[in-house]
Amino acid sequence: MTTRERILNSIQANQPSLLPLPEQFTFTSSFPDLTKQFSDSLAFVGGMAVVVPDHKTIEAHLKEHYPGMTSVASTCPELAHLADRGLDVADPHELASLNLTIIEGPLAVAENAAIWVDERQLPHRVVPMITQYLAIIIRQSTIVPNMHDAYKKLKVNETGFGTFISGPSKTADIEQSLVIGAHGARSLIVYVLP
Amino acid sequence: MSQLTLDHASASVEFNKNEPRVDWHDETLWFVRTKRDRAVAQIPEWEQLREAASQIKNHVLSNMHDLLVQFEENAKQNGITVHWAADGAEHNAIIHGLIQKAGATRMVKSKSMLTEECHLNDYLTQHGIEVIDSDLGERIVQMRKEPPSHIVLPAIHLTKADVGETFHEHLGTEKGATDPQYLTEAARQHLRETFLTRKVALTGVNFAIAETGGFVVCTNEGNADMGAHLADVHIAAMGFEKIIPRAEHLGVYLRLLARSATGQPITTFSSHFHRPRPGQEMHIVIVDNGRSRQLGRPDFRNSLKCIRCAACMNTCPVYRRSGGHSYHSAVAGPIGSILAPNLDMKQNADLPFASTLCGSCSNVCPVKIDIHDQLYKWRQVLMQEGYGPTAKTVSMKAMATVLESPRLYRMAGKIGRGVLRFAPVTVENRFNPWYNQREMPEPPAESFRDWYVNHKKS
Ligand code: SF4
Repeated sequence: MTTRERILNSIQANQPSLLPLPEQFTFTSSFPDLTKQFSDSLAFVGGMAVVVPDHKTIEAHLKEHYPGMTSVASTCPELAHLADRGLDVADPHELASLNLTIIEGPLAVAENAAIWVDERQLPHRVVPMITQYLAIIIRQSTIVPNMHDAYKKLKVNETGFGTFISGPSKTADIEQSLVIGAHGARSLIVYVLP
Repeated sequence: MSQLTLDHASASVEFNKNEPRVDWHDETLWFVRTKRDRAVAQIPEWEQLREAASQIKNHVLSNMHDLLVQFEENAKQNGITVHWAADGAEHNAIIHGLIQKAGATRMVKSKSMLTEECHLNDYLTQHGIEVIDSDLGERIVQMRKEPPSHIVLPAIHLTKADVGETFHEHLGTEKGATDPQYLTEAARQHLRETFLTRKVALTGVNFAIAETGGFVVCTNEGNADMGAHLADVHIAAMGFEKIIPRAEHLGVYLRLLARSATGQPITTFSSHFHRPRPGQEMHIVIVDNGRSRQLGRPDFRNSLKCIRCAACMNTCPVYRRSGGHSYHSAVAGPIGSILAPNLDMKQNADLPFASTLCGSCSNVCPVKIDIHDQLYKWRQVLMQEGYGPTAKTVSMKAMATVLESPRLYRMAGKIGRGVLRFAPVTVENRFNPWYNQREMPEPPAESFRDWYVNHKKS
């Protein structure tokens, strides 16, 4: 008998008799203003949301916030001219020198400021973690109230990898003091377009 | 790492010798617990969410076989190689084999309590493989050659001065530096270099989805992602109980996990892996290591519902004052004290006694595990199997004899009252653990029985 069979047999012999899956496991959250809830949640986890009317305003904000930044990449066509490098490298290790990356997020969650991105937004999976600074552009209309709503809209296996990102990389492993910028991005700015 | 394993009570006595440090430890964890409370208060449906989480897991436990088979089939179709390991030794050997096959001698690893449970690091080191833990807390304890003392906050027992000292020695940071920002930056540089140079990365698994054959890994630092996305081979190690039926159930668990753990609304990264990236290999090692045995114990099987949030540890008055290492087990605290005796009853017989049974753990548990009831039940099993703590076994035997005989019982009462009144020192001494930290009551002049007999007469 293989280990697999042994484990599965033992599980079958030991598991209790079948209990049904609960039907009620999703809940509705009501927030008077989804964008405000999203922005507040993001501030709470160390990120910053900026509500902007158009891409021009994003550009101005980025230039002001990261003056003279080089090694910038963008997957957003409207901001392609801000980029001085591409992301279409063969080996993701070549992305180690990325400073600022601008990507788009197709779905955001108000309750926890999580933004879903998958391989359709990411030329390489490691992009949002390996870059020093990260900017994500979302649309107001794509903000859903909570995680249940998000999973109703998502097909998690549509691409090989997808992740919810909520804020910049952080740690509190040294005496519970919050430090932003552990391994991943040292900051996260989310631009919310109408 | 000290090889000498003290039992929980003796190890706690050691830990308690440094009183300010114990107070600090207690307060730090309580601070995390209050953050949890604040986060929970913002979710009006919290209790229903817990109930849903618990019921989904009840279904999972009762349908484990089929869910795992379904997961395996879908994972294979996704191009993930699935391995099965009956115990820690097999788990370690499989992983070692994969590293050898990749022609590597070094590996980067993100947090996985399962690999701690299986002592993977020791095994690989003995076989000439260098392992670097990439979660900051894990890296700190690894440099110090200590095990993690907490499943979510591995270095919670250390002060920033301790970390500064450790980094000075291992990373060459300035002597005496204690600024967390500065220390974290040093670790960031060191680990970035590691991520960029390892061909093999290992991660844990927070949830595995039967319906889609993928798995989810949650971190705040992004270390699991950095490792996995840069390596040629990604190995994920999972205890089989991590399975959930459908992706939409993640909505329930991701809402509960981080709030229960640290009071955050969600971890920074909740990464869903379904297929290896082009040119990459992805492996899953599904581990039993006693879990199927626990599944067969009706009183204890609920412990397999655990999502490893650590809320039960943060709230536990015993954990907070005895420190994670006193539990001498990969998973410490209340839930660890239920899981450990299943792994080795003799070795871990002391752990279910390391609880006040106050029930706080059960109250905070996001999947509604009856933790304190299970601890109570373990005590009974352990006493019956003859693994009870010696002092308790002896006094319990004496007590049984006394309780069985009315005459002895009356005599014992008389002697007891006499002793307490006329020779309190025999009770109030350091050899009586019950007297430790406690005021003994004034003994009554008359027993209830004598009072009853006298009053019935009149
Ligand atoms: S037993 Fe419950 S509270 Fe404790 S770690 Fe597991 S899920 Fe969290």
